[in-house]
Amino acid sequence: MNGPVAGAGSSGPGRLLVAVYAVFAVGATSRAAYQISTKFEVAPAAYLLSALAAVVYVVATIALARPGATPRRVALGAISLEMAGVLVVGSLTAFDAVDFPADTVWSDYGRGYLFIPLVLPVVGLAWLRRRAKVSSG
Amino acid sequence: MVDPLAYVIIAASLGYAGWGLVAVVRNQNPREWFVIGAAVIELLLLVQGVVAVVMMAVGDGPGETALFVSYLIFALLLLPMTLFWALAEKSRWGTSVLVFGTLVLAALVVRLQEIWEGVPGV
Repeated sequence: MNGPVAGAGSSGPGRLLVAVYAVFAVGATSRAAYQISTKFEVAPAAYLLSALAAVVYVVATIALARPGATPRRVALGAISLEMAGVLVVGSLTAFDAVDFPADTVWSDYGRGYLFIPLVLPVVGLAWLRRRAKVSSG
Repeated sequence: MVDPLAYVIIAASLGYAGWGLVAVVRNQNPREWFVIGAAVIELLLLVQGVVAVVMMAVGDGPGETALFVSYLIFALLLLPMTLFWALAEKSRWGTSVLVFGTLVLAALVVRLQEIWEGVPGV
């Protein structure tokens, strides 16, 4: 079995991580496109949030898949935003602080998606930390 | 949608995922048999897709055609892309991508059935 190549984004466990992010990127993008194009006036805030989540997943996927320091920083930013998004939106919806008429990927901490949206940024950040250690020594 | 065929695809995807998981635990690369297995599932899915398109053409389709079609396209592209991404990684992590991809496919087929039958959601 090959070890992770220094600085490479998508070898070893990163391969699976990028695949999971890619599925969420495609899923969130098409979901947001569908919501905004067919029923935007029903829940503009929720659907714009869906679109934001989609952008975050797309950026994170591409950045994670690329080797090097700059993509690593971009991935760090995107995944941090993702973490904040799922925690804020998850908390607001779980405790009914705001009543979204429509679900987003992050509603109730991603319960509709087996809580993967909650676990994913944690794993992503851990993976970026490990990559940083590997490439620095 | 043909329900019996959809159930066969779901079962085959889950079976494939289980098979792949065993290979991941045993530290095996994605091997040739996994490509053949994925091709069989893709073929079944393609048959289901053609049947669904024909049923839609004769006016026996789901209420939300655009939604159904977009899920169908995603489902059909999923395994080829999963294989492409998995086979370049010659380690257990390549195999784990196949496990993930087939689990997603099973969920997609369930969702396709729901949309076909008009279960509210999304």
